[in-house]
Amino acid sequence: MTWLASHAVTSLTELLAVAYKIEVDAVERYTVLAESMKIHNNPGLAQLFRDLANAEGMHAQEIRRRAGDVDVTADAARLGRLQDADSPEEAELDAAHYLMTPWHALQMALAAEQRALEFFSSVADSADDPGIQSMAAQFAEEEAGHVELVHRLLLQHPRPAGEAPWDPDPPRSQG
Amino acid sequence: MPAVEARQACRPADYRSDIAPIWCPGCGDFHVLLSFTRAFAELGLAPEDTVVVSGIGCSSRISAYTRCYGFHGVHGRALAVGAGLKVARPDLTVVVASGDGDGYSIGGNHFLHACRRNIDMLYVVMDNRVYGMTKGQPSPTTEPDFDTALTPGGTGMRPFHPLVVALASGANFIARAFSGAPYETAGILAEAIRHPGFSFVEVLSPCVTFRPDEKDWKGLVHAAPVAPTDDPARAARRIMTDDGFNIGILYRGQRAPYQPPRTPLVSTLADLEKEFEL
Repeated sequence: MTWLASHAVTSLTELLAVAYKIEVDAVERYTVLAESMKIHNNPGLAQLFRDLANAEGMHAQEIRRRAGDVDVTADAARLGRLQDADSPEEAELDAAHYLMTPWHALQMALAAEQRALEFFSSVADSADDPGIQSMAAQFAEEEAGHVELVHRLLLQHPRPAGEAPWDPDPPRSQG
Repeated sequence: MPAVEARQACRPADYRSDIAPIWCPGCGDFHVLLSFTRAFAELGLAPEDTVVVSGIGCSSRISAYTRCYGFHGVHGRALAVGAGLKVARPDLTVVVASGDGDGYSIGGNHFLHACRRNIDMLYVVMDNRVYGMTKGQPSPTTEPDFDTALTPGGTGMRPFHPLVVALASGANFIARAFSGAPYETAGILAEAIRHPGFSFVEVLSPCVTFRPDEKDWKGLVHAAPVAPTDDPARAARRIMTDDGFNIGILYRGQRAPYQPPRTPLVSTLADLEKEFEL
């Protein structure tokens, strides 16, 4: 567990806040990528990142609903101040490129979902509290579902065949 | 530093403006922006008491992407604007941002004298060793063997060494950071703002479009193996002999910052005329 390494999950409330924070961070990151693709005149990829952001946003809302009266947003903000690395489900910003395709974007998403799966599995495995174990296992199961979903999406967006994506007006310094 | 006082906590996202950054996907500057907002949040800076001044170039767009006051200035002159602002308004936290072309070439002279004057502000240079905005010309920090269509056979020139120059010129805090480690970078930036005097942080920030080779930096950077020193001679030896990928705070000086005494403002036209009377 590298994310929030100095901060063990010690209660269900905290676990909910961590789960909420993970989803909110993923939304922010996909939104940045969507904006970036829109600016670079790649509306298809911008829409794909927006769809991913919306999906993560729905997960965040589901966690808020599950938390009931507990204010997970405030707890998540507190956790944010302890954060020492990207959240597990944040796509890696430096993996993006202006020539990327939906396949590349989904590879980023797949890696992010797998990190989230590993994170919650690790919490479930290491927790002493049966309640935390159970809820973390549920989150891990949900993340496993997301991994499957990305695999299904990849069937619709297979790896581009042939040469790497080509720019008809490439950066001159690489010529 | 009076502007750095505990305030009602802002989240890093609260410092972001609504303007979508115009940077290439994968650009290191996205992470630098994240580091700025995290550092500001860590220090509890009020956006209205914080100013981001920048020059010209890809990285200098950053002043538009925070909710702090911003000044997107003239090429190479960001430090002059920042210094003037800090002298006139010492209550503000002033952060100046540049790229390697803006800061070390066009603004090279301002860099020397800003270090020498030691005004209490932070100077961040996002170094990608290329002029990205104008499509890939070599900058002062470009390696001599940068062999491209624009520089056939390489430049053959020794790169500028900004950290050594900063130390020799009198900067009071010197650090190197890596954009791909935004949380660590945020901590360095926060320390740099806290430290009195002129703080200089060079952030290695890859240009994935014109310098795709810089993606390798992720595997080259490493934590500086020694604690920061306040001895300029020791710092000089370390900086001169490191591999350029040492990350961390390398020098913390003890010089008192320059801050001229505040004089009362001229309040009337008659006062102003009298001041300029021959």
